[in-house]
Amino acid sequence: MSTQHSTPVVEAHGLAGGYRGSPIWCNADFTIASGEFVGVLGPNGAGKSTLVKLLLGLLTPLAGNLLVLGSRPYRGSPEIGYVPQGRGLDPEIALRGIDLVGLGVDGHRWGFRLPTPRNGERAVRVARALDSVGATDYADRRVGQLSGGERQRLLLAQALVSEPSLLLLDEPFANLDVRHQATMSQLVADVARARGITVLLVAHDVNPLRRVLDRVCYVAGGGVAIGTPDEIVTGPVLSRLYGAPVEVLTDSRGRRFVVGLEEEAAHPHNDEHTHSYG
Amino acid sequence: MSGTHFSWNLISDVNDMLGYEFMRNAFEAGAIVSLVAGVVGYFVVLRRTTFAAHALAHVGFAGAAGAAVLGIDPVWGLLAFCLSAGGVMGGLGQRLRGRDTAIGIVLAFTLGLGVLFISLYSGYATEAYSILFGEILGISPGDVVLTLVIGAVSLALIALLYRPLLFASVDEDVAEARRVPVRGLSVVFVMIVGLAVAVSVQVVGVLLIFALIVTPAAVAERVSTRPGQALVIGVVVALLSTWIGLAVGYYSPYPVSFFITSISFATYVVVRAVTGLRGRSRPH
Repeated sequence: MSTQHSTPVVEAHGLAGGYRGSPIWCNADFTIASGEFVGVLGPNGAGKSTLVKLLLGLLTPLAGNLLVLGSRPYRGSPEIGYVPQGRGLDPEIALRGIDLVGLGVDGHRWGFRLPTPRNGERAVRVARALDSVGATDYADRRVGQLSGGERQRLLLAQALVSEPSLLLLDEPFANLDVRHQATMSQLVADVARARGITVLLVAHDVNPLRRVLDRVCYVAGGGVAIGTPDEIVTGPVLSRLYGAPVEVLTDSRGRRFVVGLEEEAAHPHNDEHTHSYG
Repeated sequence: MSGTHFSWNLISDVNDMLGYEFMRNAFEAGAIVSLVAGVVGYFVVLRRTTFAAHALAHVGFAGAAGAAVLGIDPVWGLLAFCLSAGGVMGGLGQRLRGRDTAIGIVLAFTLGLGVLFISLYSGYATEAYSILFGEILGISPGDVVLTLVIGAVSLALIALLYRPLLFASVDEDVAEARRVPVRGLSVVFVMIVGLAVAVSVQVVGVLLIFALIVTPAAVAERVSTRPGQALVIGVVVALLSTWIGLAVGYYSPYPVSFFITSISFATYVVVRAVTGLRGRSRPH
């Protein structure tokens, strides 16, 4: 997976993130190049979602500089597609997938949709987004009749429909089993590569992502470290980040397990069932 | 109604009913209220804010009782209380999780005020009764005009907010990231619910308001997944319940509100049974 050499999609210098008066992490310096697939990892509450909110312009940096696609992040950029953290969609909601994805096109506009010639173009964009995630077959069905994985695909289609150049996915697969997590990460990687989209994916577990990741952005212990998985998910680097002795074990299939954090009661990389509130 | 008898000549029955001004007022106000309640109710059900609608109705009770004490038209008290309580509720709880508590607190306080106003009110007990259970047959031409104005304002607001409100109702976090002012919308929406409640109380009263705001929208939600269709279905169910309820009430000695709520409830039960069966027979 080669990274293209052009203007960086994200540039952070001396960045501090958190809520007013209580920084969660600081002094972060990193650059993300166009077309990269970056996994944002780290323990619960370390500030992974804070990073996503900074990039979305929902929070302002406590210190330092942050540029997203060459400008300061601002809310409502059509250049950014976002799938938030959470329990996913309300399964009781009486909407079809196609309407849900359509909200990604013009849901932020005032008034209701008038019958204009542009509606044809809108329908094409919605159909294209649905097709790219393989959700065309069930786009007309009630969201409540779909499986968790199918609903996540719809949310991904909604994020893609504005044709963004940056995708921010905040624990999008937290409710899926490991096998589906791997399938979905592959899907995201395929779509992103086909469209030249840069991806930041917040995840609990590095292992389902290991085939698709270019780099890892590890948020822990009040700091941020970025590099390839081989550079970052190692005992010495994580020990320095956590400020506590940490070991990384690698099994015969190349899966990594972080151990030695018993006092934090958190095993972010080997317990798929721990729910994250990060 | 006393002294009127139902014949099987429906045209003469309708002419007979519409010969009375109070019936014409009731049909007109009922139509406007059904339209507003059906449309606003769709979003109330979609946003799972039925508790807010319920609480606003009881807050409205305090307002109406207060207006009665002051000797002014109860609808002004309804409006004042529903709008300000709507603003407070919308402002207190941004997220769904915190909202029930905020609403409960406002609800408890205003119901206390309602008790005070009722005890201060020296007029007839029928005033309190009509606030609680509706007095559609007592609607004056002036009330119809006021209902029309309030209804038009709430529908215009819904039309203006339509897409962002739908977006924020379905997926608040993504909507917020797409620059939808979710917090402001939530305050304005609860105030629109306040307007809808204020006009609906005249027809079915504080205690029966769900029959027009929640039940028709719940029927629509089961029948259709398309927002436009669901809005129309909700309005039609509310309108038919109100008009048929009025017509049946005209020929019977029992309260109109009872028939309106029963028709809307029966519609829900039938639709639920039918869609439930259909859902079970379908493989997916």
